[in-house]
Amino acid sequence: MPTKSQEDALEALAASRWRVAAVLTGATLVAYFGFILLVAFNKPLMGKQLTPGLSVGILLGAIVIVTAWALTGIYMIWANGKYDRALSQLRR
Amino acid sequence: MNPTTTPGTGTQLGQPNSTAILFFLLFVGVTLGITYWAARKTKTTSEFFAAGGGVSALQNGFALAGDYMSAASFLGIAGLVAMSGFDGLIYSVGWLVGWPVVTFLIAEPLRNLGKYTFADVVAYRLKQTPVRLAAALGTLTVVSFYLIAQMVGAGNLIHLLFGLSYEAAVVIVGAVMILYVLFGGMIATTWVQIVKAVLLLAGASALAGAVLYKFGFNPLALFNEAATQYGAQTLAPGALVSNPVETISLGLALMFGTAGLPHILMRFYTVPNAKAARSSVFYATGLIGYFYLVTFILGFGASVLVGRQAITSVDKGGNMAAPMLAEVVGGTGFLGFISAVAFATILAVVAGLTLSGAAALSHDLWSSVVRKGEAPEHEQLKVARLASLFLGVLAVVLGVAFKGQNVAFMVGLAFAIAASANFPALLLSMAWKKFTTYGAVASMLTGSFSAVLLIFLSPTVQVDLLKNASAMFPLKNPGIITMPLAFVVGVLVSLLFPERESSERFAEVKHRMHMGAVQAPVPAAAAAKSSASESSATPTPTPSKA
Repeated sequence: MPTKSQEDALEALAASRWRVAAVLTGATLVAYFGFILLVAFNKPLMGKQLTPGLSVGILLGAIVIVTAWALTGIYMIWANGKYDRALSQLRR
Repeated sequence: MNPTTTPGTGTQLGQPNSTAILFFLLFVGVTLGITYWAARKTKTTSEFFAAGGGVSALQNGFALAGDYMSAASFLGIAGLVAMSGFDGLIYSVGWLVGWPVVTFLIAEPLRNLGKYTFADVVAYRLKQTPVRLAAALGTLTVVSFYLIAQMVGAGNLIHLLFGLSYEAAVVIVGAVMILYVLFGGMIATTWVQIVKAVLLLAGASALAGAVLYKFGFNPLALFNEAATQYGAQTLAPGALVSNPVETISLGLALMFGTAGLPHILMRFYTVPNAKAARSSVFYATGLIGYFYLVTFILGFGASVLVGRQAITSVDKGGNMAAPMLAEVVGGTGFLGFISAVAFATILAVVAGLTLSGAAALSHDLWSSVVRKGEAPEHEQLKVARLASLFLGVLAVVLGVAFKGQNVAFMVGLAFAIAASANFPALLLSMAWKKFTTYGAVASMLTGSFSAVLLIFLSPTVQVDLLKNASAMFPLKNPGIITMPLAFVVGVLVSLLFPERESSERFAEVKHRMHMGAVQAPVPAAAAAKSSASESSATPTPTPSKA
């Protein structure tokens, strides 16, 4: 049977994983819906060309795609490092 | 640079193309070889449904990407970009942003708590029979709509690409897919996905490279040329986003639907542990994001090098933009290769769908509900194979039955149901202590029925299909209503009818969700015979037959 302090440590670790997951999910939501709302409500801005061929909309769309991937990368780095270390401490 | 370089009549598209047939036969030959090899390794249900947990994170990353990059996203999005420029990017972004959600909220808990289906997780601390029934309903509805859309798309595409009759195309896709799933199970399906993902990424990259070569490898020069030919508005939001609420609703369905697609969720059981599950989504997200960026180049390439008029003269929806582009930059040989890749893409996606449906039928309905976890291993495997055969034949029948129907909305419907019926119950079961059997069943049923009902009442069905003047429900995608509704119903019903056993067992769920399954002591012979995941992923409700 796991001891009381182990239970508490797992509780804290579980809470921190949900917190990180919630913050990163929130960041994804903000990036995506920010993009969509700009498309919906500020078409002139999205159509503005920064240099010939590159509109703000194309740039932001590409940025959202890269950001989505980067966020999964951030999560992986956190989870592979801090989270997995804490888990293996608990397993002992 | 001239939009009339290839008049609509000059294309070899739709003629039996020897390169296309050669490449396609090569693909089928290689994948059936893989199936033969996989069949000899498939002796248990764990191998049949989860490849014995022996798939590496990188392999699963490619397989997830293979499951997700359907012919619809390859040909459809390239066509959309070719026809309306920037607007196509709005879709690409939407299809991608579900993946971070899968990474953060779903992948690891699912891997640690379940065995073959997402119902394993929802039912973990709840009453098996009602939860499994409701979850199987959600799974089978999603899989059926998705399968119909893929099969009808397959028939139309292959007819356009190879000149084969619609019915022959559907039967060929169905027959080859049944061979993969029936004999090779998840091991064959995974490798078919990997081969297909590599081919699709390589084909799309080569095509994009050939396009960019003509523009000094500067995408901006390509976009600028498109703006010169079709006006600056081609680089700006156009008619696609006229109603912001509609767009947000679609966005919600795409974002959270991905996290409720049974064939995607099932893939997390094929990796050995939670760490591999999380890494595999990272790889998949990168591959899919890259693919959508490349597709964007292909769309603009097609509008500039093939011309919008030439594309619509072959197919009004613009779906032939990418194959026509291949013919313009690389001749008939390249057209043949890209056509064969599109065919392979459809085959792989329907195989993954069929396998996930078979898992719901045999693991959730037969083994857990009918046999109450008492079915011996050989019986489970036999039922799994029968279920695959049944679903494969059903896919062919539905594909032929829906010939000529506009089924594009069915993919949106599948995502809306996945986001409303599957995702809320799955998330609540992992994160909320007071979730109950009644709450789960009510949430899943509300999600399924409200999504189907509102789509039936939407303009897509009422106006576009049934030709009525107006629709009772104004939105084409119901996600903004049905997903929150499923959450609210799940929470309210759980609070109204508390279930002590469920909240008492939450500590166990939490422990296993983070720490993984406790290595159960398995007799040496059984442990050596079955694979790593089999011994570590036995769910408590159905005691191991070992």
